Parts: sequence; structure tokens; C-alpha cells
Amino acid sequence: MKTPRHRVHQGPRVLDAEPDVVIVGAGPAGLSAATELRRRDVESVLVIERDAEAGGVPRLCDHTGFGLQDLHRSLSGPRYASRLVDESLRAGIELWLSTTVTDVSSDGVVTVSGPAGIAVLHPRSVVLATGVRERPRSARLVPGDRPAGVLTTGQLQQLVAARQPLVGSRALVVGAEHVSYSAALTLRHAGIDVVAMTTELEAHQSVALGAWAMRSMLRTPLWTSTRVTSLTGHGRLVGVEVEDLTTGAQRSVAVDMIVFTGDWIPDHELARRAEVPIDPATLGPLSDAWGVTPLETVRAAGNLVHPGETAGTAALSGRRLGHMLGANLGGVSPPRKGPPVRVVADAPLKWVWPSLVDPEVPPRTMMLWTSTFLERPVLVVEQGGREIARVRLPHGTPNRSIRLKVPWIAAVERRRGPVMLRVADDLSASPGA
Amino acid sequence: MSVERRTADVCVIGAGVVGSAIARRLARTDLSVILLDAADDVGSGTSKANTAILHTGFDTVPGSLESRLVHEGYQLLSAYAEEAGIAVEPTGGLLVAWDDDQETALPGLQAKALDNGYAAAELVDAAEVRRREPSLGLGARSGLWVPGESIIDPWSVTLAYASEAVAAGADLFLGDAVVGVEGLDDRHRLELGSGDSIDATWVINAAGLRADDLDAMFGHHRFTVTPRRGQLLVYDKLARPLLSSILLPVPTERTKGVLVSPTVWGNLLVGPTAEDLEDKTATCSTAEGIAVLRAAAEALVPALAREEITAIYAGLRAATEHRDYQIDLAVSERYVCVGGIRSTGLTASLAIAEHVAGLLAAAGVPVDERGGCGPTPVMPPLGEQQCRPLFDADLIAKDPAYGRAVCHCERVSEGEIRDAMVSPLPPAELGGLRRRTRAMNGRCQGFSCAGSVERLFGEAATSEDGGDR
Repeated sequence: MKTPRHRVHQGPRVLDAEPDVVIVGAGPAGLSAATELRRRDVESVLVIERDAEAGGVPRLCDHTGFGLQDLHRSLSGPRYASRLVDESLRAGIELWLSTTVTDVSSDGVVTVSGPAGIAVLHPRSVVLATGVRERPRSARLVPGDRPAGVLTTGQLQQLVAARQPLVGSRALVVGAEHVSYSAALTLRHAGIDVVAMTTELEAHQSVALGAWAMRSMLRTPLWTSTRVTSLTGHGRLVGVEVEDLTTGAQRSVAVDMIVFTGDWIPDHELARRAEVPIDPATLGPLSDAWGVTPLETVRAAGNLVHPGETAGTAALSGRRLGHMLGANLGGVSPPRKGPPVRVVADAPLKWVWPSLVDPEVPPRTMMLWTSTFLERPVLVVEQGGREIARVRLPHGTPNRSIRLKVPWIAAVERRRGPVMLRVADDLSASPGA
Repeated sequence: MSVERRTADVCVIGAGVVGSAIARRLARTDLSVILLDAADDVGSGTSKANTAILHTGFDTVPGSLESRLVHEGYQLLSAYAEEAGIAVEPTGGLLVAWDDDQETALPGLQAKALDNGYAAAELVDAAEVRRREPSLGLGARSGLWVPGESIIDPWSVTLAYASEAVAAGADLFLGDAVVGVEGLDDRHRLELGSGDSIDATWVINAAGLRADDLDAMFGHHRFTVTPRRGQLLVYDKLARPLLSSILLPVPTERTKGVLVSPTVWGNLLVGPTAEDLEDKTATCSTAEGIAVLRAAAEALVPALAREEITAIYAGLRAATEHRDYQIDLAVSERYVCVGGIRSTGLTASLAIAEHVAGLLAAAGVPVDERGGCGPTPVMPPLGEQQCRPLFDADLIAKDPAYGRAVCHCERVSEGEIRDAMVSPLPPAELGGLRRRTRAMNGRCQGFSCAGSVERLFGEAATSEDGGDR
């Protein structure tokens, strides 16, 4: 089928009428939400993308494994991205590229700027799908000089995609999760020697077999329990100080490039401008499984709400949002008997999403992130000091989510305050409970 | 490689904010002027990493040269910035007393302000402090409100001066340092690291951190520059609403304290530390420095604990053993030393230039401004309170490149990057582009834009390589 490109513009342009929905961000979440909304017969769905191309982060990830969750096949990043774009265009969305949403108000007024000018839109609903970024060196508070050669994975992939020369011959990759291996591979393809990968944790956080295969192929050692403490170099990076967290020993590593990977933070600027309440754990908007936030006109999907998940997960959360929003705009609403209940996770658990649940309309699963490795932990669910469930979980690995089934949700009461998730040592309830 | 010898009536050594201001002033006379700097861009030493504040000079040493020049410079730079479209925000400054020592010090500071010719400083009580800055931590006792303290874009100031100097006929040479001085009958011969040389009748030493080394080449040992490192943290723009004015520390016998200040780019900045070092290149930040600044920031504005840090940097102030500026003209040597300009150099820059011109006039050098030097350059609007191109519908209608955002965090358009690359002083390095446009200076530090920014930079730099650079 031929893809209708006539709906792609460098926005903004004059529309016949206000769009029903404006979606900010044309990554997997935004595009999937848009496609689903059109399939639910929402008349006018406008997706606004600040970059010159749609597709989001996968566009820059030239390896396979994309689409397994949402399309049930394995595609390369760029092919996956273009499939999502084509599907959404075929479904009849309007797409504005190179267009920046400069503001979203709390009542859903959207201000945009692009090569065609400035416009103010008043859609019935706004969907934020602005994704995540990796914390750069400065946000990680790594001291030292400020030389060139200090990157994030995103920056590295950007440079490769823009065919910019990578200056450097020896690199250190900070991180040992999926994205870290992807960065190492990109460096390797560019002919740069990856001296080592480091993680402050005691093991890598990728899929065991993949990590092993990758490291044997790259011939790169993994330095666990290792922290980067300082960077050296005037003009160009010449070395990095690392600390062995077990022994406290410091040493210097001669590298001219360092790539900081992972450590995701939602791009939540617009959400905060719109005054959507923010979850202090994810730093994304508080939302339920369908992206409904405490603000009536603003919803949120993808890695903005569950930072660091795969593209497929983001696409599915976008699709779910589209499904529900489409129904809502068509006049169908689920039976809600009151405000949602807040769900929080206690350390060493890092965050849980959805951060809002409705006991009558429960999500199928929840995503749970941990800061430390957990060996078949026991999860305790409490509300208002009352234990409502105690279940054994699979292994917990940092930087990857545990999928949680929520049979206990029926025991949640709307007026007993937040639901707290914490880990315990064993399956028998503590004496106090 | 052939070596070149250039000649000029005046050679200004050091293209920081002070040297550039002097070069600008003298280029507008009938004198021929060379402005020289060892770095590959103007303003890349002390002028690059400072607190970006336009000071009233209320707390300078009364009766000092610094006091007078900061006072005059404040007026001159305020007017100049307005003409040149350089971002200034008159936020005002608030000194907050948290303990007995500090509270006792406030009336003295108000009196000192009066001695410095600044009458607007006003003592305020705890309620007024809270009304002005509701995000402050608990326990503020009282304060001193200094309405004139302002924030400014320091990079554009140096760029404007240097651009104007060049437009008025000065020759700017970057990336070359003076390695030796030879005294000829009627001129100095400056030997440069590249092997080139400059013959100049007058030499003006505005070398900042290297001013003492250069002074020694002229046979003087008037002062020693001790690099005083100031580390600074820049908080994410989302923290900007937490503060409306500059929170200035109350200096006491025991501690000088750090300030928390908004920036014209819409961030909050915390610092500086004050560490006396020996290494004049030690612009690295340290774990201790970062920890101290974070603790100080969070004590003053507790909500900062929840905000991200966008940048960490360190600058070196040219501290000397003297408390005042060291500006001296030796007629017989045809040499002017402009040293010991510490943290107030930005504010005082235009007044220092006038002062130097006055000294030269007294020595018989013709420094009357000639006509026809052209208007003050208009700098790109980089301030958050200015109308940035991405928000300027008329400008975008004329040229869509101003509506095409490249750096999203800082809202920098393709048009602005293009303009910077063809400006009179184009950046030689990416860092220079960042200072000229803000590109890649935001919270993502290039995560989302490195590809396009570097491509635009590379293309423009390559297309110019055919020319004389």
C-alpha cells in the first residue's frame, strides 16, 4: 500500500479545524498512540515532532531486536521506526516535523513553533510522549576537566547518524545494561577500541547470554563495582580516574573517549510546564496504565512515564493510551467510582508504574524497577499500614523491569491512602503485621 | 613556513573582557591596534567562567580604584548592553543573614554601600526576605536588598567588544602567545610562540592570569597572580522559578560564602568556591567542590535538592596580593599594566578602558575617538527574557531557518547557528559556538542534538577553510 505523504509537513500549518488530539513526540509511544486513536475513529490526530524525521530513538539504533513486543517480529531500529511512521500515516494522522512544542498549559493549550511559523492549538486532549534522555556527565556530577570526547549513547548515535567523524581511538563505556552494549558496538563499528565497560553494580544488567556473547566478540572486559571519579584533559580527554568500590583503590585509565550510558531521566519539561503532578520516583508524570494523569486534558505515554523501558514497551503503552483516549473521546468511559490510588515503591525498589491505579479497573501488569540485584525477592504490598499481599517475585535486575501481576488489586481500598510496595526476606508475614 | 612581523601603534595582550574593552576603545581612535590572545577565541580565560553578574560595586573597598571603576563601569555597561542587545536582567540582589555574625554585618555593609556612592541598599526584615524569596530555607533573620545588582550574558559582552574593535580596524590575532619582549628605541618587539612578531609603540598588558609573567618580561615584579579557582554549578532551567533575585552571601570574618543566582539563560547558578592554587590551568572541578556547593545551595534553597544539574565548571580569578586593581602606565617604557582585575572585571570593563585611555592621553597619546566607526554591534538575543528567534513569528516568516530548532533544550535554531558561523568573529571550536548560541549548553548536553549541531558547525567551518583563517 502506498503511504500518504501529503500529511507530513514542516509545521505548523493552517488546519481546517482544531485537532481532536495533539501528540507531542513521534517516537514509538506517540506514533502508536496516534495510530490507535485513528483506528478508534478519532477524526483529527496531529503528531508534532521536533526533529526533522519521525521515529524517535530507534531511528538511530542500527541493530536488530526492535518490534518483538508490539509487532511480533524482529526489525532493525531504523526499519522499526519507519514501520511505525508508515502505519500511522496510513491510519490517517497528520504529522508535523521540525516543529517544537514550546508550551503546553495545564488546560491543554499547545503553543508550537516551526519553519512555517508559530501557532496556538486548542485540542480536546494533549498526549505527551516526549521520551527520555540519558543523564550526561554533568548531571552525574562527575568532576574534573571539561574536555572533548565525553558523550552519551544518544550523542554517539547522533554523531554516527549525521556522519560526523568520531575523534578518538580508545573508549571507556560507563554502564553495563542493554544500551551500554549498544554503545560499545557502535564504537566498535567506528573502529574505536573499547578499553572496558564499567558498572557501579556487582554485575552487568543485560541479558546474560547476550552480554557474554557481546563481550567475547568485543573482547572488552567488564569492570564491576567500579565508579568513574574524575576526567582529565585540556581540549581532548586523555584519561579517566576510576575507583574500585570494593577496595577503594583508585587508578587512571588512558582513554580519549568516554560514553555515559543509561541513567534515564524523562524529558519532562513540557509536563512540568503544564503542571502535571510528577512522580518523584520516575520523574515522569503521575499516570495510570492508560496514561491518564491528574490533569483532565493532558495524558502521557511511553518512556516519559516509565523511563528506560524498551521501544516496544513504549509503543504498547502508547497503543493502550490511544485505545482508552479514543473510547473516552467517543463518549465511552470506564466506570470510575472515585479518584485513583497512588502506588509507591520503597527502597531498594526504585519505581513502579503505573503510579496511579483504579481498583475497579486494574492494569494487567505493573512495571517494577529495582536499584539492586534481588534474588527471588518477596514483595510485600501494604496499604495504610495493612498488608494486603505477600508474593515471591522472579529475580530482580537493576535497569530492567520486573513485570508484576496484580491479583491483590481487589484488596486495595480507595480511601486508605497510597499502596506501598516493598521487599521482605521471607514469605511469612512479620509479627507486627 | 614564513614568519611575519606586524606593526601597530598599540598592542593589547589578552582578549578577555578587559583587553577587548581596551582594544575597542583604542580602535576607535586614529591609532592602529592589535589585539592578541594565546587562546583560539576571545574571552576564553577568566572571562569565560564567572558568575555573570553586573555589580553595583556596593561592597568594594571605598576609595579604591576598583570602587570607582566598578561604579562607573556599571553605568557604562548597562547602557552598552542595552544598545548591543546583550541580555541583562535587573533582578536585584539580596544578602540574607542566617546568624548573629551575619546579621551584625548588614548595617556595616549598607554604610559601605553609601561610601561607595550607592544609596539604594535597604535593610529588610525576615518577613520581607520571605516575601521576596519564598523558596528560601527557614531561619532567615534579615537581609540587605541591593536593587541594582543585575545578571548579564558575559560571553556576548566580550564578543561585542572584540567584534567592535575589529570593525573599527583593530587586527585580532588568536592562538599565539608572547614568549619574549625586546626593547627597541621607539617600540617593543613582541616575540610570539609561532615565530611571528609584533612591533608596537605601546603595549598594554591585559593578560589576566598571565599578567604577572608578562609584567616580568617588561622587568617588573609588582604583583604575583595567584589563580583562585571558583567552581560553579548550573541547575536545570526548571529550577529558575525558585528564585527571583541574586542571593548574595554576607561576608564575615569567618567565611565569604557562595551565591545563588539566576542566569540570563534561565538557569540557577551556585558558586563560586575560592581555592588558591598554583596551576594557572587548573580549571577542573572536584568532588569536594561539588559537594560543598550542593550543600550550600540546598541549605539556601531546599527545593534545589530535587533539581538536576546541567553544568559544572570552574574558572580562575586573577587574584594578587593587592586588594585593588593594579593599573599603571610607565611613560618612558610606553607600557601599561592592567593587572589584578579580579571578579569585577566584567562590570568595570568599559570604565577600565576609559581609565586606560585617560592615562594614555595624559602621556600624550592621541586617544580622541574619531568619527565613522559604525554603530554598536547588535548581538543575537540569547537571554530568556529577550525574544528568541524561535518565538519571533515575523523573523520566522522572513527566514524559516529561525523556526527550525536544532538544540531543543536551549531552543536554538538553525538560523542562529548559521549566523554565528558567518559572524565577524566566527567560533574556531564547538565551545565557541556554544558560547555564541547556547547550542548544546542545555540539560541534555548534546544527547538529542549533537549530530545536527556538529554537522552544521563542520559544514560551515569547512566552507570557510578556503578563506583566510
